[in-house]
Amino acid sequence: MSCAERADDFALRRTRLGQLSDEQLRARFWTLVDDIVAPLIEEARLHTTPSIERSILLRMGFSSIEAKGLVARMHERGLLGYGAGRLVLNLAKSKGISVRAAGAALLAGRYWEDLVR
Amino acid sequence: MKLSPDQKLDLREVLADLDRYRPRRKGWTWRTKIAEHQVGAFLLKDSSTNLAHSVPLPSAHAFGNIDPQCDFVLTTEIASGRFEDDLRRMRMAAWHGADHIMVIRTTGQSHIDGLIEGTPEGVGGIPITRKQLRATRKALDAIEDEVGRPINFHSYVSGVAGPEIAVLFAEEGVNGAHQDPQYNVLYRGINMHRSFVDAAEAKRIMADAGILQLDGAHNANATAKEAWKVTPELFVQHAINTAYSRAVGMPAELIALSTVPPTAPPAPKLRLDLPYAVALRELFRGYKFRAQQNTRYIEADTMEATVTHVLDTLISRLTSADVQSTITPDEGRNIPWHYNNVAGVNTARQTLMGLDGVMEQLQLTQAGPLQAQVRELTERAVLFLEEIVAGGGYYAAVAAGQFVDSGYFPERKGDGIVRDPDGGDGAGTVIARTTEYGAPVCSHFGNNVSARATGKPCDEYGGCTLCDPSKIQYIDELDAEDNVEKRLQTPLAERAAGVLRPEVEKHGDGVVCVTLFVPASPSVAEAAALEMAKRMGLKDPEVISRRLMHPAEGSLLEVKGVLDVAVRITDLPMPVREEPLAESEIEAWVRARDIHVVAATVGEDEHSVGLHEILDIKHGGIEKYGFRCHDLGTSVPIERLLNAAEQTGARAVLISTIVTHGHVHEVHMRRLHALALERGLRERLVLVAGGTQVTNELARGCGMDAGFGRGATGRDVASFLVRSLRAQANK
Repeated sequence: MSCAERADDFALRRTRLGQLSDEQLRARFWTLVDDIVAPLIEEARLHTTPSIERSILLRMGFSSIEAKGLVARMHERGLLGYGAGRLVLNLAKSKGISVRAAGAALLAGRYWEDLVR
Repeated sequence: MKLSPDQKLDLREVLADLDRYRPRRKGWTWRTKIAEHQVGAFLLKDSSTNLAHSVPLPSAHAFGNIDPQCDFVLTTEIASGRFEDDLRRMRMAAWHGADHIMVIRTTGQSHIDGLIEGTPEGVGGIPITRKQLRATRKALDAIEDEVGRPINFHSYVSGVAGPEIAVLFAEEGVNGAHQDPQYNVLYRGINMHRSFVDAAEAKRIMADAGILQLDGAHNANATAKEAWKVTPELFVQHAINTAYSRAVGMPAELIALSTVPPTAPPAPKLRLDLPYAVALRELFRGYKFRAQQNTRYIEADTMEATVTHVLDTLISRLTSADVQSTITPDEGRNIPWHYNNVAGVNTARQTLMGLDGVMEQLQLTQAGPLQAQVRELTERAVLFLEEIVAGGGYYAAVAAGQFVDSGYFPERKGDGIVRDPDGGDGAGTVIARTTEYGAPVCSHFGNNVSARATGKPCDEYGGCTLCDPSKIQYIDELDAEDNVEKRLQTPLAERAAGVLRPEVEKHGDGVVCVTLFVPASPSVAEAAALEMAKRMGLKDPEVISRRLMHPAEGSLLEVKGVLDVAVRITDLPMPVREEPLAESEIEAWVRARDIHVVAATVGEDEHSVGLHEILDIKHGGIEKYGFRCHDLGTSVPIERLLNAAEQTGARAVLISTIVTHGHVHEVHMRRLHALALERGLRERLVLVAGGTQVTNELARGCGMDAGFGRGATGRDVASFLVRSLRAQANK
């Protein structure tokens, strides 16, 4: 479904804007942009995605193949809302092993029941 | 790794030890501008540091071989599908002034949910992988050392794996990247929630790594049916990405707007495009501008593309730009050929040097039609934004087809791109963070219990890869067949064996292009051109450009085909070039003997630049060794030259001929020889001819003692004269 056709009624619509100085017009432009962007940023602040979680595991020293495997399994189990990196780090701390060893254990199918207390 | 200008890039060396390669720096580098820069005879106003090695513009030979560099960063986009071939192209482009190398990704990488590893071959670009990035960055390190200027390496943080690609780029020292979630939404059909959530993380990572961000707004120019009408929306697209980036924490100096002048002649290009360029720069003060040349209209005619690109670059100089991106003139007809990357860079380089300092003399009018247009465009953009807000925000606006409509907003044609906020690639993969959500790494955006009041989120486990690169996991190859080692077997064997084939894109592709004018109607001319190409031995001939000269009188056609011929370097007849004598030796011999020389350009030829370069002391000509030169001027008859030679007791006659209609240069050479014989002067005189079409072989065939073509110097000629005169004396 696409927006209907509309003639160029710029002359009519611009009457409100005509009173604004150039500087006021530019300020109005940026106020509107900020209004549009605010909810998008808020969504990003409160959400994550498999790619974000894989990017976190990459930064924690996992390969792309390991990160993909870990995130896919966490996604299946509905765990990504806790953060893949935090889950792996907490597991490493609780078991007294390195972050990479914790990830390897998960990839081998171990400790999944310990991930979320 | 160190390059030598007379040695090819050693791909084996590039590929060695990549597991241990670390980038030497991170972040973007601008050119070092010099406000008042003396380069050769000129005080330049808009230039930057000179290069250590480069290929000057062709006309530089008349200006002391200077190669001034403009103040804008110059981009070239490279995409053969094989990064190992692209590296050679990058080196050639860098020698012609490119310092921003943009690597196009292979078709489909946007939709791969994760990273690719190894070095598989791509289509229309290359798969961006860690190995490929390292090899390229390593080669660019060596190339930037060779040319003497930092080179920015650039690719794309788009698609469904944006955050991962951003981490990869930050780790591997990529200097610039496209990142704009709107591009995913409008042109890649990727879910809009996913695109924006991913973008926040990717932008945060890029910002911390100092990566210059380019947005994707310019794509609307290429997509909209009437590109000049989409300009109000372009402001909106730039603004959404800019404001989103700022909200994530990206500083203004890393945000570059990717902007393209939207029209091309026969449209009144500057009158339409200039107000748009001015309005954009007024609205986005404080941000960077990446001015892109137009690709929308170019098809097969590379000359037409070049003229449009000159006008695009003129707009950059009349307004402003920080990065001038170039388009290869053949982009409309094929995946760009490597020498056309060089051509594209040179279009910008030549234009910008030609415009050096021009804004000291010109000013855009502050009143009148330009400013009225600027105001109108801004008002239309504000109306566009008001409609987004009234309709319920960005997602709703895309769902309603508000973007990339070909109407001049608020006009609507009803043909905008429509996307479902709940649909697209990656739909349903955006997950709410719980209150316990944590991400114990640097450069993370959003709610995060791992973030600390002091210290880094990664301190608990000794640091993330952005703090400790030794933790990066390097994967070499995953595919035993589709990799660079396999691809290089034949090329490296051929290179070792000294075998050469022509190429335009990939090593040994054999592709050549021939230009034919065929005096017939278009369809007959095309059929004839293909037949002619076949008879030249070209395989798979294909017409890639048709230019009508006249419906009945003929067409100009360019035909590409494969010349399946391998030439061995050792089989080639190589002309033996004699090393010129030492300058001190020439001078000592000449000054002791008071040797006179007469010289002139002959026939109906008013070009005297070449001859002056050979004669004049200020051009390093033969006068400086003590030759007594009698320059008789231009269009001098042969008889007069010989009269002067007799009168002055000259020992040599130098003629220069550049205009060569009907082999007139050969006629003059033969006549000089014949007349000198007739008058009994031949034994005593050394006869030398020069000119762009002259070769030593040709000149000797016409009775001269030597010929000097393009690139010859006064020292070459002086050295020859001394050797010849010594030989005469010893007879």
